[in-house]
Amino acid sequence: MKNWWKIACIALLFYTIVVGLLGPVPHLEILHETIRNLYFHVTMWFGMMILLTVSLVHSILFLGKFNLRNDTIAAEAVNVSVLLGTMGLITGSIWARFTWGAWWVSDPQLNGAAITMLSYLAYCLLRNSIDEEQKRARISAVYNIFAYVMMVIFIGILPKFTNVDSLHPGKGGNPGFNSYDLNSNMRLVFYPAIIGWTLLATWMMTLRIRIKNLQNSDFK
Amino acid sequence: MQIQELKALLIKEIKLEFRHKYALNGIVLYVISTVFVSYLSFKQIIDPATWNALFWIILLFASINAISKSFMQDSKGLLLYYYTLTDPQTFILSKIIYNALLMLFISLICYGCYSLFIGNLVLNQLLFISSFVIGSVGISSVLTLISGIASKTNNNFSLIAVLSFPIMMPLLLTLMKVSRYAVDGIALSVTYKYLLVLGLLDLIVLLLSYILFPYLWRD
Repeated sequence: MKNWWKIACIALLFYTIVVGLLGPVPHLEILHETIRNLYFHVTMWFGMMILLTVSLVHSILFLGKFNLRNDTIAAEAVNVSVLLGTMGLITGSIWARFTWGAWWVSDPQLNGAAITMLSYLAYCLLRNSIDEEQKRARISAVYNIFAYVMMVIFIGILPKFTNVDSLHPGKGGNPGFNSYDLNSNMRLVFYPAIIGWTLLATWMMTLRIRIKNLQNSDFK
Repeated sequence: MQIQELKALLIKEIKLEFRHKYALNGIVLYVISTVFVSYLSFKQIIDPATWNALFWIILLFASINAISKSFMQDSKGLLLYYYTLTDPQTFILSKIIYNALLMLFISLICYGCYSLFIGNLVLNQLLFISSFVIGSVGISSVLTLISGIASKTNNNFSLIAVLSFPIMMPLLLTLMKVSRYAVDGIALSVTYKYLLVLGLLDLIVLLLSYILFPYLWRD
């Protein structure tokens, strides 16, 4: 069966939404039911990072072989991950409103997220401003590699060096969800949710790639 | 890559600059007028955080203005000519070194002007100046590559700002942190770690520009 992963995607997301909203969670002060955001916000960011890595790999492959197929995949992976990132920002913002009391706070983690979104929106803008296919592919691949490396430095490495305090769970001495999840109930939804959202994003990506390929073959 | 080629290209850039006095005078005037506008609107700044932030914002825009010209003034034919003469790595390295020198010059002018009009709150001068000596290499490598990217597109200038802001953030935030420490006069034993991070960031962006530029060049 060729489409088993699409069925798996729907099943996993169905499970995520039903069990994620109804299943047992630890009862904590301040957090209360907002802890369920873990299944949506965190997992969508995971999916985004996975797709951005896919995009990076295809950009590098493109610079090796100059095959436009790699470029299409890199571009569409970024497009879908921008969507996931926006959803992550919205869910995170709503969560922050209920736990921290503000839609947005100045925090290294949040700033990192904003910078990531900005650099990939700039990538999309760059692609739009070049008409020639090969040239667009080459130049945007260069930018993609540069942006990815800087993003990893900004989110992953710099905060560790500079010991900045963060409000974000799991960062700056704050407990992450694994310290609340004593009987691993949340893990049972968390990991399937990551796979589910990533599969959904991949599905969207493949559809967009097929549309792009059809459009391209139309012109030729 | 040959040292001689690099030297020749670098001397060519500097000579060209002194012949046209195009970027240099423009940027000096740009810095002076921006500082003066901020002086008219702020009068005097006593808060170190604001002082530091405004300084870097002025310097950031001045550097984008200065370095964005580095590929604009080379015509297509001229670039083709360079292509036959030298390899891309030497070419980008010469541009980066030249732009780093330009950045250093702009930073010093900006610092002088800024201290003159708005006041100088820096307690540790040596650290403050060393922060933009080290920072100028990183900023020039990022902006040189980005201006190379933007020169291939149709809408040039606004794109440079949009493309370079997000990827300059790690560098810029570290720079601002170091210079903030310099303003507060904190000893080198605490701040050497940040200078080290700054140096590493420089190395990373320099390497990235060096590796990626050849792909931009061949048209």
